[in-house]
Amino acid sequence: MQKNVGLQTLSIGSGLLLLAALYMVFMYAPLEAVMGAVQRVFYFHVAAGWVGALALFVAFVAGLLYLRRGGLLADRVALCSSEIGLVFISMNIASGAIWARPIWNTWWTWDPRLTTATITWLLYAAYLLLRQGIEDPQRRGRFAAVYGVIAFASVPLTFAAIRIFRSIHPVVIGAGAPGAKGSFDMTPAMRDTLLFSVFAFTVLYGALLWHRLRLEQLSERVAQLRLRVLQA
Amino acid sequence: MRAAMARKPGMLRVIGALLWKDLLSELRGRALLAALLVFALLTVVVFNYALDLERTVRASVGAGVLWVTIVFTATLALNRVFSAEREHALHEGLLLAPVERLAIYFGKLLSGLLFVLLVAAVVVPVFALLYDLPVARPLNLAVLLLGTLGYLLPGTLLAALAAHARAREVLLPVMLFPVAMPVILSAVRSSQEVLAGSDWVRIAPAFNLLVASDIIFLALAVLLFDQLVDA
Repeated sequence: MQKNVGLQTLSIGSGLLLLAALYMVFMYAPLEAVMGAVQRVFYFHVAAGWVGALALFVAFVAGLLYLRRGGLLADRVALCSSEIGLVFISMNIASGAIWARPIWNTWWTWDPRLTTATITWLLYAAYLLLRQGIEDPQRRGRFAAVYGVIAFASVPLTFAAIRIFRSIHPVVIGAGAPGAKGSFDMTPAMRDTLLFSVFAFTVLYGALLWHRLRLEQLSERVAQLRLRVLQA
Repeated sequence: MRAAMARKPGMLRVIGALLWKDLLSELRGRALLAALLVFALLTVVVFNYALDLERTVRASVGAGVLWVTIVFTATLALNRVFSAEREHALHEGLLLAPVERLAIYFGKLLSGLLFVLLVAAVVVPVFALLYDLPVARPLNLAVLLLGTLGYLLPGTLLAALAAHARAREVLLPVMLFPVAMPVILSAVRSSQEVLAGSDWVRIAPAFNLLVASDIIFLALAVLLFDQLVDA
């Protein structure tokens, strides 16, 4: 396999961007007056959440394309992107819990956003389990795409359902506490840091997706070569 | 389906035939209904002790117990929906029959609904008796129907999907629970408010969302079921 210059450039570029983002988070962005240093987790927390949502949206669109036209590439993109999305949602949830502990005084609360993120995580874990359980590649692609569409459609409904639940029920812990956003006024430097972090994470997503797709292609080629050797 | 096969039977007749077939094989000793019923009653009893349901919390927690019981029962029923066909290698036969594929979906949906509602017809009165809750209010019966339907709509689709996968009995609930979350949540909420005797203003948000979820899952099933059997 020849060297892939584009991919190498993208990988190194995303690494440099992440370093720059880290520098901005710790050096450029000012210390938040009330929450202190822990607020700095905000930048990567939001960026990870953004990439998680983006990756799952890409997987959803790829699934739709596969249902309409077929083609191995669309199915591969759906698989790879949902794997990456699952990882970034995990990062989003974990960093959120780290932020919530000192600010809300709890690791977890059943707030609509948190619960929806968890349900989404479960949906895509189920999606990957389904893929593992089906042998035939054609059928696997179709079934996974069908599940992907249903899963994607149910997420906003779940969010609405939890909102109804919580708006009538009192929220015992964290009532009146800062929400995920809007609890502090962002200074321009904070806004720049956030936007840059989101940009760096998005480039990282592109690099990861490319790597993962290439890995999938390579493993398929290995399988083909092995078959050829066995037949010879 | 091509025009050459235009003389296929009407959709309603196919749905009726499938429903009749499932009912008949149940009557001839498949014993699914009895097992579902005993399981549902067991769930109600276990919850009574697991949650130590006192009189004061019954109205709010009772709705949850009722719905978990129905959802568990429906999940067991769904696991069996395509199993008879699979075990006797009739799946292909069913799919090769010159009928509208969607008729297969609706036939299976309705037989699932019939089974769960038959179980509910026994369990819900027993539940009312044990917990002293007014479950027979007309609006609550509507919630029971819409919620069960809302759970089975994506459930039947996913059961057809899981039928071809490994570890299908475990995979089905793992796939279905998060998808059906809006139905379960809005059904529980609606039942809670109805059982507590709230005004329509308090019931409406959850009830409307339940109806909306039903419609959306119905539309998705109609759009997607063809993809599952087009082998």
